[in-house]
Amino acid sequence: MSRELEEEVGTAGLPTGDLTLGQHVGSGEVPRYRGGSRTPGWDDAVDLTKDPATIPDPSTCHVPEDLRAEIEAHMAKYPDTRSAAIPALMAAQKRHVWCTPEAIEQVACVMRLTPGYLVAVAGFYDMLETRPVGRHKVYVCTNISCSLRGADDLMDRVVEEIGDDPDFNVRSFECLGACDIAPMISVDDVYVGPVALEDVPTMVAQIRAGDEVLPEQQIIRRKSVDPNAVST
Amino acid sequence: MSSAILFKDIDQPGLNTLAVYRERGGYGDVLRKGLSMPREALVTELVNSGLRGRGGAGFSMGKKASFMPKGTMDKYLVCNADESEPGTFKDRELMTKSPHMLIEGMILGAYAAGATRAFIYIRGEYAQMADILDDAVAEAYDAGLLGNNILGTDHSLELAVHRGAGAYICGEETALLDSLEGKRGNPRLKPPFPANQGLYQGPTLINNVETLATIPHVLGMGADEYAKIGVENSTGTKLISVSGHVKRPGNYEIELGMSARDIIYGLCGGIEGDLEVKLWFPGGSSSPVLTKDDLDLAYDFDTLAKAGSMLGSGAIIVVDEETSVVDVCLKLAKFYKHESCGKCTPCREGTQWTVKMLERIKSGQATPMDLDIMASVQEQITGHCLCVLGDAMAMPVGSMIAKFRPEFEAYIEEARQRSDAELIASLDAPNEAPLVGSLV
Repeated sequence: MSRELEEEVGTAGLPTGDLTLGQHVGSGEVPRYRGGSRTPGWDDAVDLTKDPATIPDPSTCHVPEDLRAEIEAHMAKYPDTRSAAIPALMAAQKRHVWCTPEAIEQVACVMRLTPGYLVAVAGFYDMLETRPVGRHKVYVCTNISCSLRGADDLMDRVVEEIGDDPDFNVRSFECLGACDIAPMISVDDVYVGPVALEDVPTMVAQIRAGDEVLPEQQIIRRKSVDPNAVST
Repeated sequence: MSSAILFKDIDQPGLNTLAVYRERGGYGDVLRKGLSMPREALVTELVNSGLRGRGGAGFSMGKKASFMPKGTMDKYLVCNADESEPGTFKDRELMTKSPHMLIEGMILGAYAAGATRAFIYIRGEYAQMADILDDAVAEAYDAGLLGNNILGTDHSLELAVHRGAGAYICGEETALLDSLEGKRGNPRLKPPFPANQGLYQGPTLINNVETLATIPHVLGMGADEYAKIGVENSTGTKLISVSGHVKRPGNYEIELGMSARDIIYGLCGGIEGDLEVKLWFPGGSSSPVLTKDDLDLAYDFDTLAKAGSMLGSGAIIVVDEETSVVDVCLKLAKFYKHESCGKCTPCREGTQWTVKMLERIKSGQATPMDLDIMASVQEQITGHCLCVLGDAMAMPVGSMIAKFRPEFEAYIEEARQRSDAELIASLDAPNEAPLVGSLV
């Protein structure tokens, strides 16, 4: 990225602060580069002398043993190993917090795919992060059923409570499939709801302390509401 | 009111373990009977039961299985557990509480389809549920219910749980297959249909969680007996997810043909604050909306189709009279804009422009003519794309404009007056900061 662009976006080439928070948090805008483009360096000339990244060389690319084992276990589940791309990227993301160039290279090395292919896959899916994010995933469902029950206010409250803590990845997310506990939040993959505005400080404190989040409101403990679903 | 089939004793502690599931008759005579039947007989049984796909399209499950070609090539069964349709959460409860019911259904489904490999494609957000499924699959493998020669028969099945990573489009069957192959989840052109050329180019049967979980029950009670539940063309029970402004949101198992009023006012206890219904989505956010005049319709596939909507995934979203239809419409459009994969222009651009126009309405920059333009955009999306994601926005948005036009027009007028008043106030106000910078 050239120097003028950096000045426009902020610091160090990579967008920081609110810009890293995904869909529409805080400032509510996706990062914009020169000319209003969403793509950094869109108007930089292509370097025709440079070859695209090839499949990493196993002799020079260091992959941690446990990550390699995990990715290979995923690959073994499928007739075509390429199917393991998403689970492998997820495994690498878990280790590196987001899909860093290093994470991508490690997955590419084990799966024998080009880094470009994996970046394309990672870019498609909402749960694979291609920019730096915080460690704790806080996905607030703001889709129709939840927003009918106050999810937008909840989202604002969560953002306010967390502030600009770099440890958090707060996003308003598509329907998470738990409209019975609307408004709900997925905290590091644990579904909790209904979350009242007053619950937010407790919840954030629990995440910070590494405790179980709102144990009484977790979906896993919810009983069926169907009167016909008799339980013996 | 029906007796529960899928939800019977769903809250029994430990139902997610093999031991308790077996105690309740799981993996027993039904599975043995199914695997000892000739394949064709099993398919015929499924056709006769009238079981229709529970994922959205409502296609006959037995017929879909019968489309699988004969021959010894690799065939696949894929369970669609992506469940990302807004308002739908029935499969989640089923998989969390009774994962073995799904696995038993998949063993039988795979046998009917002639498949020896099966995958459960579960959305990445359902990590807790995927863990439960993983455990259940491991238990089933240990008990010899998966793997080679199940229960001493010739039938073998390898089952794996595949987690997605968050994309609504991957609930569409061909996009799901691409995603399962490790690619970006873009839909494919149909035909060829997955039954002929699906996963890894092999014949593939794709069914929803609830559909597959119903198979053991169909076999257990017999197709004719199962077909007696419900109404003609919509047999059996259906899990419905009711959400929005109702007093008791949640999953309910109903006999198809029950009236919507009985569901919303009976099972769910009515509307919060005892308000009236303004509109309701009968089958997820992709279904054209219905109003309070349609509450007496029978909740089944054909009746809803006749009323210009659809049963879809069985997700009822109820919106009360105090909520603005413009807000609902914008929320909906924004979701589809975000989820459009971008492959087909009508969907990519149409969802984009619908959001822009709705935002213009909200900010007071629109005229009633914009409603016609918006409606025409919806028409141009419908039927012009590889998959139905665009249609899934066009149908509800189109139906909202058609059914609530006076409200849209009133909103436009009100917003326009508000923005005019703001503009005038800002012009009248003494300018603390001069508009034209520091040119002087």
